[in-house]
Amino acid sequence: MTKKLKENEKLNIKEILKDLDKYEPKWRGWHWREPYPEGKVGEFTYREISKPLKKSQPLPAARSFENIDPQPKAIITTEIASGRFEDDLRRMRMAAWHGADHLMVIRTAGQSHIDGLIEGTPEGVGGVPITRKEVRATRKAIDMIEEEVGRKINFHSYVSGVAGPDIAVMFAEEGVNGAHQDPQYNILYRNINMFRSFVDAAVAKGIMSWAGMLQIDGAHNANATAMKGYNVMPELMVQHAINAKFSEMVGMKPENIALSTVPPTSAPAPCMRYDLPYAVALRDLFDKYKMRAQMNTRYIESCEREAIVSHTLNLLISALTSVDIQSTITPDEGRNVPWHYNNIHAVNTAKQALIAMDGLKDMVEIKKTGPLPEKVRELKERAVLFLEEIIEIGGYFKAVDSGFFVDSGLYPERNGDGIARKMDGGDAVDTIVKREKNYFAPVCAHFGYNNVPDNYDKPCDTINKCTLCDHSKIKYIDELDENDNVLKRMETVEDDGTVVPEVQWSKDGYVKVTLFLPENEQISEAAALEIGRRMNLKEVEVIHKQVMQKAEGTLVEIKGVVDFKPVQRDKLVLPKRRKVLSDKIMRDYVKEHPVKVVAATVGEDEHSVGLREIIDIKHGGVEKFGIETIYLGTSCPVEKLVEAAIESKAQAVLCSTIITHNDVHIKNMQKLHDLCVEKGVRDKLILVSGGTQITDDIAKEHGMDAGFGRGSNGTDVASFVIKKLMGLNADLEE
Amino acid sequence: MKRVDDFQERRKHLENLSDKQLYDRFWGLVEQIVQPLADLAYTHTSPAIERSVLLRMGFSSLEAKPIVEYGTKWNLLGKGMGNVVLTYAKLKNVDYLKAGEQLSKGIGWNLVIENMKAGEKND
Repeated sequence: MTKKLKENEKLNIKEILKDLDKYEPKWRGWHWREPYPEGKVGEFTYREISKPLKKSQPLPAARSFENIDPQPKAIITTEIASGRFEDDLRRMRMAAWHGADHLMVIRTAGQSHIDGLIEGTPEGVGGVPITRKEVRATRKAIDMIEEEVGRKINFHSYVSGVAGPDIAVMFAEEGVNGAHQDPQYNILYRNINMFRSFVDAAVAKGIMSWAGMLQIDGAHNANATAMKGYNVMPELMVQHAINAKFSEMVGMKPENIALSTVPPTSAPAPCMRYDLPYAVALRDLFDKYKMRAQMNTRYIESCEREAIVSHTLNLLISALTSVDIQSTITPDEGRNVPWHYNNIHAVNTAKQALIAMDGLKDMVEIKKTGPLPEKVRELKERAVLFLEEIIEIGGYFKAVDSGFFVDSGLYPERNGDGIARKMDGGDAVDTIVKREKNYFAPVCAHFGYNNVPDNYDKPCDTINKCTLCDHSKIKYIDELDENDNVLKRMETVEDDGTVVPEVQWSKDGYVKVTLFLPENEQISEAAALEIGRRMNLKEVEVIHKQVMQKAEGTLVEIKGVVDFKPVQRDKLVLPKRRKVLSDKIMRDYVKEHPVKVVAATVGEDEHSVGLREIIDIKHGGVEKFGIETIYLGTSCPVEKLVEAAIESKAQAVLCSTIITHNDVHIKNMQKLHDLCVEKGVRDKLILVSGGTQITDDIAKEHGMDAGFGRGSNGTDVASFVIKKLMGLNADLEE
Repeated sequence: MKRVDDFQERRKHLENLSDKQLYDRFWGLVEQIVQPLADLAYTHTSPAIERSVLLRMGFSSLEAKPIVEYGTKWNLLGKGMGNVVLTYAKLKNVDYLKAGEQLSKGIGWNLVIENMKAGEKND
């Protein structure tokens, strides 16, 4: 059995890798988010959300909304594949905490052409070699993570290439929940023979259907590949239709068939005028199937800001039409293999936008007349004409052979730049064989002709159960390569008490530095590389540059590997985190001994948000414990604060400041202390300062009893004041 | 092929269809295109499909691959490689997993060929 995760402890990868030969998946099939019709989260009522998580990491702005973390109705996907699955597991946990429940693993380059399963845990390039051990370990880790966050998580990879049926079997056995499966992808982008691709696909789909897996097609690749990605809209519909109908014909339920839709264009094109009608046309025609809304990758560049805006506009399309699964693309996809935190950013872009647009369709409606429906109709007609011509030329295979697909003309326009594949060509050509009359496969979930002997109820009775009926019959292979495997890799990054930055692999040491250089592009690029080296970075590379103005300057982002003596965890001086009293002890104390404080933002400072949060009962401030607060507002002179404290016989002063030029905030703290001494009340008053740039040490150096910086809350302040009044050591740390 | 956009010309027969009729036409055409693909798949097999059968029978990927390679060589895929393994097991009167293990090592194929009337050797 798997152990329960503790939220303050890292995933134990070694533990996960133990006893894998006996591990069985806890569930199979696909999990949709549970509805949450009451919709109440915090003070808001939502119209389109799903059941909240047990544990999660809310959006940054949730701080001002009682830390709520409403979960959109749609499943949120993130693609995680750094080449080392052991590092991906940690990223999966981070993504799950932010609300991802569809974790997709991209395969290593070239796996499509490997005729059979890969075994063990070799390192991948641009993805992970999908093997039984890798899949089993990942499913086991995900089983623990889903328990922790309180929602089932779908695990997903690819059933394609020349070993599609092999992989489908392994996925079904190991509890993989979803997969890309589309023979057209094999043919067009992997140049695998077309007959082989369709014959294999039927069996693979049959096995996926047995396991209740969700299928995503590969049509979006036409958009990502074509010279003019936005012109392939009619073809995209044709490709979706061929895979969807073929899947249904070989036994897949329509609700397990998802279209990989993508808004086909991006600004500076007027993209809404293309993307919205296209999205509407798809949802009209494919009303039986699920919509997996992908974000556009065709026009992504290295600017993360631009990518996030494009993706947010893509989310608007989802919100205005419909979405069952919202896929996400990381903002750094245009620069490198995604980094840890960019998966999280992408998940949050989806969560933030979908929650922001909750109930949008109750207020805004898609027009039923005018340019939108006209364009919708036009796209559908163009798709119908495409289908007619496929039949006219002699069917699907002939059409592929003649270069019908991925042509950049807006059909029926043709530019002659499509991808043509020969019927008698491609990888694994001439490998399909006609099943003879006595063809027999003694296993379950086998699509196609099967001459099962009459005296058996189901085919696998002949072998006393197949692996789909008896998991223990699977022959598990652990490792085949004694050097290229997970344990060997982990030996090189054992925890030695050092803290090393990482972006994808444990201790990879990568950092990103953002520079604005007041030079032209050419000089800036060269200077940035040199600056990186002088910062002691190795392998410095420019990952983004953007001209601000040809002569005035350039924004450059570089990445590099840190090359200095590693920081030791136990040598670090950690910021103070005082032990706090329990709510009950504080409430009981204040009931017996009333506590009064005066509070204000001092100096020329109109900010009040921080202090209100420390005070207000609504935000869990000191009032929550019964402490009476006299609030003097913003820009309060220090003198007035002290006078009010004396007059009201308060026991404490809460003084809020923000960082200012000339250290006015520091001078104000000193002044508060000095004034209290002068009036002879310093020993009667507890003086507390707070603000984003305040630390306990700075505050104490300038006469305060305590300072509370970023991240402090009302409980911290109340506990400090009450402990002082109780005569306890208020500085005792956790 | 290069062709200018002659959509207006080509669409004439679709112009008067209702949205519902257009929808039905779309899916009718799709079925017409896809049916032969499904028929092809129903009647054919491949090395990957036969490996997937052997995996489901409880063979490892390391055993399934050579069994199918020998099967291809002896033109036996059309009978089903699972069928081949079961037939050999019966002839030798051994457990089918044991039989498959032997076949994966190249042992026993002559007996199989004699009894299953395989086609010519596929060199």
